Amino acid sequence: MAPKPYLVATCVIAAFAAPAAAETIRIEMQNLGYSPATVSAHVGDAVEWTNGDFLAHTATARSKEWDVMLLPKKTGRIVLKRPGEIEYYCRFHPNMVGRISVAE
Amino acid sequence: MFPRLLAASAALLFGAGVVMAQGAKPNDAQIAHIAYTAGQIDIKAAKLALKKSKNKEVRAFAQDMVRDHTAVNQKALALVKKLNVKPEDNATSKSLVQQAQGTEASLKKLNGAAFDKAYADNEVEYHKTVNGALESTLIPSASNPELKELLQTGLKIFQGHQQHAEQVAKSL
Repeated sequence: MAPKPYLVATCVIAAFAAPAAAETIRIEMQNLGYSPATVSAHVGDAVEWTNGDFLAHTATARSKEWDVMLLPKKTGRIVLKRPGEIEYYCRFHPNMVGRISVAE
Repeated sequence: MFPRLLAASAALLFGAGVVMAQGAKPNDAQIAHIAYTAGQIDIKAAKLALKKSKNKEVRAFAQDMVRDHTAVNQKALALVKKLNVKPEDNATSKSLVQQAQGTEASLKKLNGAAFDKAYADNEVEYHKTVNGALESTLIPSASNPELKELLQTGLKIFQGHQQHAEQVAKSL
C-alpha cells in the first residue's frame, strides 16, 4: 500500500522545520595530546573526549566554565552552550592544549 | 640561597648515579629497577610535599606526581611481570636512593615558602636528571621493544613534569 500523501507531506515539513541536528564531536586523548587538537562545532553540539592513555587527564576550559576529569580509558562529554573560541587544557599535564571554535 | 644550593647539589649527586650507569651498559632487569626506583623516589618526595606544603600550586603539582608516577610504575610492574623479568637492584638505583635520602633530610628541615621553593627547584633538577638518563642511557640500552616503548612514553610524561615544575618554581 502506498503511503497516504498527507503523511508524506507532514514528514517533509518536519524535516525542513527542524534545526540542524546536534552532532557529537569526538576527541581522543592519546600520548599526552588531544587528537584532533582543534575542532569546529555549533552551539548545541556535544564534545566527547575518550582517554586512551594510561594516565588520568582532564579537559578544562581556561574560562573555568567546565572541567571534565577522565580516568584512563573513560569517556566524558559536554554540550556547547554558546558561540566563541574555547581554549582548554589538561590540569594534570598543562602541556596538553586544545581548541574548540563554536559557531551559532 | 640555600634551596638553590640544595637543588644544585641534588643535581650533581643524581648526575653521579647517571655516570655510573653509563660506565656499564645496564640490562633490562636493571633498567626496570632504575626506572621504578626513580618513580618511587618522586612519589615519596610528593607525599612529603603534601604533608608540609600549604601552597595550592605546589600541592596540585605534588598530587600530579603521585598520580602519574603511580600509574607509570603500575604499568612498569605489569610489563616486567608479562616479560618475566625480575627487576635487579644495581649501583645506579642504590645511588638514586641514597641521594634521595639526603634530599629528603634537607627538605624535612624546611618549612613554608622555603620548603615550597626547595621542593619545586629539586623537582626541576630531578626530572632533568632522570630525563637525561632516560635519553642518554636507559632508552638506548633497553633491548626489549615494549620496555623501550614504555621508557619513551615515560620520558614524554616526565618532560611535561619538568616543564610543569619549572612553571611552579617560577610562580613561587
